[in-house]
Amino acid sequence: MAKTVVLERKPLSLSERTYLPQIATGLKTTFSTMFKKKVTLQYPEERPVIPQNYRGVPTLVKDPNNREKCVSCQLCEFVCPPKAIRITPGEVPEGEADREHVEKAPKEFEINMLRCIYCGYCQEVCPEEAIFLQQEYSSSGYSREEMINNKEKLYELGGVVPDQHYKWDKKKKAEQEGNSH
Amino acid sequence: MISKKNSKVVPIVLDGKEVEVPEGMNLVDAAALHGKEIPHYCYHPQLSVAGNCRMCLIEMGTPMRNRETGEAILDDDGSPRIGWVPKPVIGCATNVSPGMHVKTESEKVLGCREGVMEFLLVNHPLDCPICDQAGECRLQEFATDYGRGYSRFVERKNVKPKRTRLGPRVTLDDERCILCSRCIRFCQEVPKDDVLGFVDRGSFSTLTCFPGRELDNNYSLNTVDLCPVGALTSSDFRFKMRVWFLKDADSICPESSAGCNTTVSSREGELYRITPRRNDLVNDSWMPDSGRELYKSVKSNNRILSSRIDQNPCTADEAIIESIRLLEGKKIGIVGSCKSSLEEQFLLNQISLKTNAVNFIRGHFEEDDGILLSADRTPNLRGALISGFTQNYPKDNLVSLSQALDQNQLDVLLVIDEDLEAAQVDIANLEGVPIVFIGTHTNSTSNRASVVLPSLTTFEKSGTFVNRSFYAQVFRQAVPGPAGVLPDLSLLSRLHNGLTEDEEISPDQNSVWKVMNNVSGSVLKEISLTDVRKDAVLLDSSKWSDLPFVESKALHFEPATKVEA
Amino acid sequence: MELWNSLELWQIVAIKVMFSLMMIGAVMTMAGYSVLAERKVSAWMQGRVGPNRTVLPFIEHIPLIGPFLKGLGIFQPLADGLKFLFKEEIVPGHVNKVYYYLAPIIALVPALTTMTVLPFGEFFTDTGDRIPLMLADLEVGILFILAVSSLGVYGIVLAGWSSNSKYPFLGGIRSSAQMISYELAMGLSLLPIFLWVSKPGIDVAALSLVEIVHSQNQSMWLVFVQPLSALIFMIALFAETNRLPFDMPESETDLVGGFHTEYGSFKFGIFFVAEYAHIVIGSAIFTTIFLGGWHFLPWMADPWPSTWIGSILGVVWFLAKTIGLIFFFIWVRWTLPRFRYDQVMSLGWTKLLPLALVNLLFYVILVTWLDQPAS
Repeated sequence: MAKTVVLERKPLSLSERTYLPQIATGLKTTFSTMFKKKVTLQYPEERPVIPQNYRGVPTLVKDPNNREKCVSCQLCEFVCPPKAIRITPGEVPEGEADREHVEKAPKEFEINMLRCIYCGYCQEVCPEEAIFLQQEYSSSGYSREEMINNKEKLYELGGVVPDQHYKWDKKKKAEQEGNSH
Repeated sequence: MISKKNSKVVPIVLDGKEVEVPEGMNLVDAAALHGKEIPHYCYHPQLSVAGNCRMCLIEMGTPMRNRETGEAILDDDGSPRIGWVPKPVIGCATNVSPGMHVKTESEKVLGCREGVMEFLLVNHPLDCPICDQAGECRLQEFATDYGRGYSRFVERKNVKPKRTRLGPRVTLDDERCILCSRCIRFCQEVPKDDVLGFVDRGSFSTLTCFPGRELDNNYSLNTVDLCPVGALTSSDFRFKMRVWFLKDADSICPESSAGCNTTVSSREGELYRITPRRNDLVNDSWMPDSGRELYKSVKSNNRILSSRIDQNPCTADEAIIESIRLLEGKKIGIVGSCKSSLEEQFLLNQISLKTNAVNFIRGHFEEDDGILLSADRTPNLRGALISGFTQNYPKDNLVSLSQALDQNQLDVLLVIDEDLEAAQVDIANLEGVPIVFIGTHTNSTSNRASVVLPSLTTFEKSGTFVNRSFYAQVFRQAVPGPAGVLPDLSLLSRLHNGLTEDEEISPDQNSVWKVMNNVSGSVLKEISLTDVRKDAVLLDSSKWSDLPFVESKALHFEPATKVEA
Repeated sequence: MELWNSLELWQIVAIKVMFSLMMIGAVMTMAGYSVLAERKVSAWMQGRVGPNRTVLPFIEHIPLIGPFLKGLGIFQPLADGLKFLFKEEIVPGHVNKVYYYLAPIIALVPALTTMTVLPFGEFFTDTGDRIPLMLADLEVGILFILAVSSLGVYGIVLAGWSSNSKYPFLGGIRSSAQMISYELAMGLSLLPIFLWVSKPGIDVAALSLVEIVHSQNQSMWLVFVQPLSALIFMIALFAETNRLPFDMPESETDLVGGFHTEYGSFKFGIFFVAEYAHIVIGSAIFTTIFLGGWHFLPWMADPWPSTWIGSILGVVWFLAKTIGLIFFFIWVRWTLPRFRYDQVMSLGWTKLLPLALVNLLFYVILVTWLDQPAS
C-alpha cells in the first residue's frame, strides 16, 4: 500500500496574506506574454502540418494499376463503432479486362461523415488495404445528404496509393505461367 | 450414417478421463458428447463416412494383454499398460469399443492437424474477404484453431475456375474446394440423385457434374450448407450479405406439412436466406430448395400493406370496426386456412363457436417427393384438427361452402388467406355476400372483399405448427412486419372481443395457449407453450388415426395405417 | 463665468446639449474600443492574435496602413455594434416585459450620467483664468458620482429579477450584495482624500473634483500621499464595475452569463456597453482623484503653454492616463481568477471596511495634528 504523506503547508507570511505581491507576479507574467510570439495559425491561408499517421477522413484507394482494391467484404461496416459505413456488395461480371480475377466489388459504398468518429478501425481491419484515413481533415456541407460520402467521392478523396501486393496481378501471372488447372 | 441410438453404453478413456458413451458410436460424436471437439471436414453425422480429409486424426490404444494368459499387462506403477496404435487413426471411421483409450489433444494429434491444415491450405485461395463462407467456414475456424499461423508455401497457387455453374441454384468456386466429397455423398444418399463426382487427379481434381447432367434436384442447396468451405455457393445468396451481420431466428418451413426446422437469417428487417436447422426427428439437416425461396414472398409486389374498406385504403381500426359491423348478428361462414398457426386457428374457432358460424377449410395437395416435401402443401392442417376448427379431413375443395352458398345459408364470409375462385366456388353465388378477408397477399377474393385486413407472414410472427408426424413446433418472428400491419392474433382477438360478450382473449401466444390448455378433451391439455418452445413435442394423434391423410412414406415419416377412403 | 452670463438661456442649453452629445460620443467610442482592447489584450496575453479580419472595403486597399489597421482589428467594434443591431430580437416568454426592457436602460444611464461632473481638462481664457472642462461643475461632485454610479446596480438587479430564470436571478442577488458591500469601503476610502485636500484656509468647496485636481498641480499625486486609500478605492472600483476578479453577477462559468443570460441582440449590447462605460468613467475618476487629472507629472509644472494648445495637450494627457488605467483593468482581468462569492463578501466586510475605517481614523488624527494652528 502506498504510504500517505501528509505535507505540512507553511503558514502564509503577511505579504502573502495580502496577496498583493502574488498579484504583481501574475501581472508580470501576463504582461511578458503579450510580447511573445503568437501561436495562432491564420487558418484558411495557413494550414497546419499534418503528421504522417494522422487519421483524417476515411477514403477508398486504388492500386497503381487504377483498380479498386475494395472487395466489399464489409468488415469495416462490421467493425465501425458508430455504424457510419454502409456497403452494398456487388458481383464483378466476368471478362472485364482490367478486373480479371476480381469477383466482388462494392456496388455502393457510403461513409456518413456525420457519424464517423475517425477511429481508424476500418483502416485497421481492412484485409485488402483498401480504406485509409488520409490527411484530409476538413469536411463540410450544407445538408446531411452532402455529408454522406458515396463511392465516387471516396475514390476521389482516396486517389492512388502504392501497393505492396498486386494480388490480382500475381494471380494473373500464376495463371499464365502454368498454374492454371 | 448416424450411429443408431443405443441404450447400451461402453466405457472409454478419453484424454485420460474415463467416460461412458453409447456403443457403436464413432469417436468424433463420442468426443463431442463429452465436450471434446475433434475437427473434421468430410465427416457428417447424417452421411456415410468417407474418411478422406484426415482432419480427425487422433491417437487410439487399448490396454495390453498377455497373449498366453490373457491377463492385463501392468506398468511399474501398477496401472495397465496401453498399447497405442503406432499411427494416428481417423476418428470418424473408428467406433468406440470398451476400454478404448483415446487422445485428442496430444502433441502428435496436434501435429497431425497442423500438417493436414497446411496441406489443405496449399492451394486454397486467400479469398476470405470475398468468400461468402467467411464467418461460418470450418477451414477458417480450424486454420485459426489448429493451423500454424503462417504459410511456408512460396510457390504459386493453383488457378481454377471461380464460378462454375453446377445447377440453377448452385455455383462452384473450384479453387476453394478441399475435396471432402460431402456434396457427392449427400446427392447419392439423400435425394438419391447421383450427379456429382470428382474428375482428374492430384491438384487437378475438380468437382463436376456428370456429363449432360446438372445439379438441379430440389435438394441441391443442401450441398451449399454441407460444404465446409466456400466452394459451393448459393447463386441466390452469393455476395448478398456477410453472414456475421445476419440475425438468426428459429423457424419452421411453411412449405409443406413436413415441417422442416429452419433458421431464418435477416439483417435490419431484411430477409436474406433460409437454411435448415438440424432436427433428427423431423428433417435431419436438410430442407428442400423450394422452401428456401419463400422469404421472397415477404417483399413481393402483391403483398397487402394497408387495410381496405370496399377497396379504399383506411386505417386498421376503421377496417376492424367495419368488419365487426358486417359480421355482427349475421350467419357467418368462416373459411379458415391450413397456413395459419395453431393459435390463430384456435382463436378463429372460438369466434366461430361463439357466433354459431359454419367452418370451412381447404386442403392444398400436390405430389409427395418422399423426402421433405410432403403431399400436403400446408404447414398446419393438423393444427386445424387439433384446434377443433374442423373435424373432417379437408379433401373436398370447399364443396360444402359452394353448397351452402347455393342454398343461401350464409350472410357473410370471413376468409383467412384463401382464394375462393381458385377453389372453384361459384362466383355468382358470392354476389350479395360481403367478404371480410384477412391475408398477406392479394388474390381474387381479396379483390372482391368488402373489408381487407392485412396480416403477417410466417417470418413476421410467432406461432406453432403441427407437422405430418403430429410434432408441435414453434416458429419465431425473424423480422418485423410492414408498418401498420397487425399480427393475425391481434386481428382475430379484436374480432373475437368485438363479436362476443365473453371474456376477452389477449392477443399474445401465452394467453391463447392458456385458453387452449383449458379446453376439455384437447390433446394440448398437459402441454404448455414452454415445452413446445424448448423442443418439438409429439402430440397424441390417435383421435384422427382414421382420417385419410395424404402423405406417403418419407424421411422420418411413416403414414399411419389408415382406413382407405 | 462671465462667458455664460452673456448668453441667452436657449443658447446655453444648446451649447450644453452639444457638449453632452460630444461627450457621450467620446465615452461611447472609448467603451466600444475598450471592447476591442479587451479582445486584443486578452489574445496577446494568451499568445493569440485577436480580431484581425474585419476591414472596410476601401480601406483594405490602402497600402501598408490598410493591412495594419486590419491587423489591429480597428473596425471590429463597428461590426460588433452592427451585429447587435441586426440580430433577431428575442424576448423569452417567461420574462416580466416592462422591467425586462427597462433593465438595460437603467444600467446604461447612471454610467453616462456620472460623466457630467467629470472634469477632463481646462481651458485658458484670454484673461488667464482657468475654466475646467466639464459639463457641470458641481460642488458636491464626488458625492454625485458615488450616488449615481451606485444606481447602476438597479439595472443588474432588475435584469436578474425580471428574467424569471435561475441564473439571472442568482446573478442579480450576488450583484446587489456585492455593490452594497463595496460601496461602503469606496466611500470611506475617499473621505481621507477630502480631509487632506480641504486644508483650513482653503475657501472652496471641499468636495469638488476640480479642486482635487488642482491640489495635485505641482505637488505630490494623491496616490502617493494616500496609497492605502488608492488601493481600497481601486479594489472597490473593480467590484463596482463588475470586473474580474469580482464579476460575480456575470461569472460565465457558473452562471452562464448571470444577469444577462436571457438577453440578446441590442439589449445585451446595451448591457455590454454600460459595463465598459463604467470602466471608462471609473478610470477617469481614478485619474482625476489619484493621478493628478490632466496635470503632467508630480511636482512638475505642466510643460504645455497656457493656450488652447495646452488645453488640448492636457486633455490628451488625461485621456492617456485613463487609457492606461483601462488597460490595467483588462490586464487584471486576464491575470486573476474569480473570487468565490463568500470570499468576495468576506473581503469586502472583514478586510476592506475595517481597513478603510482605520485609514480614515489615521488621517483624521494626522490631519488634525497637522492642521493645529502653530501655537
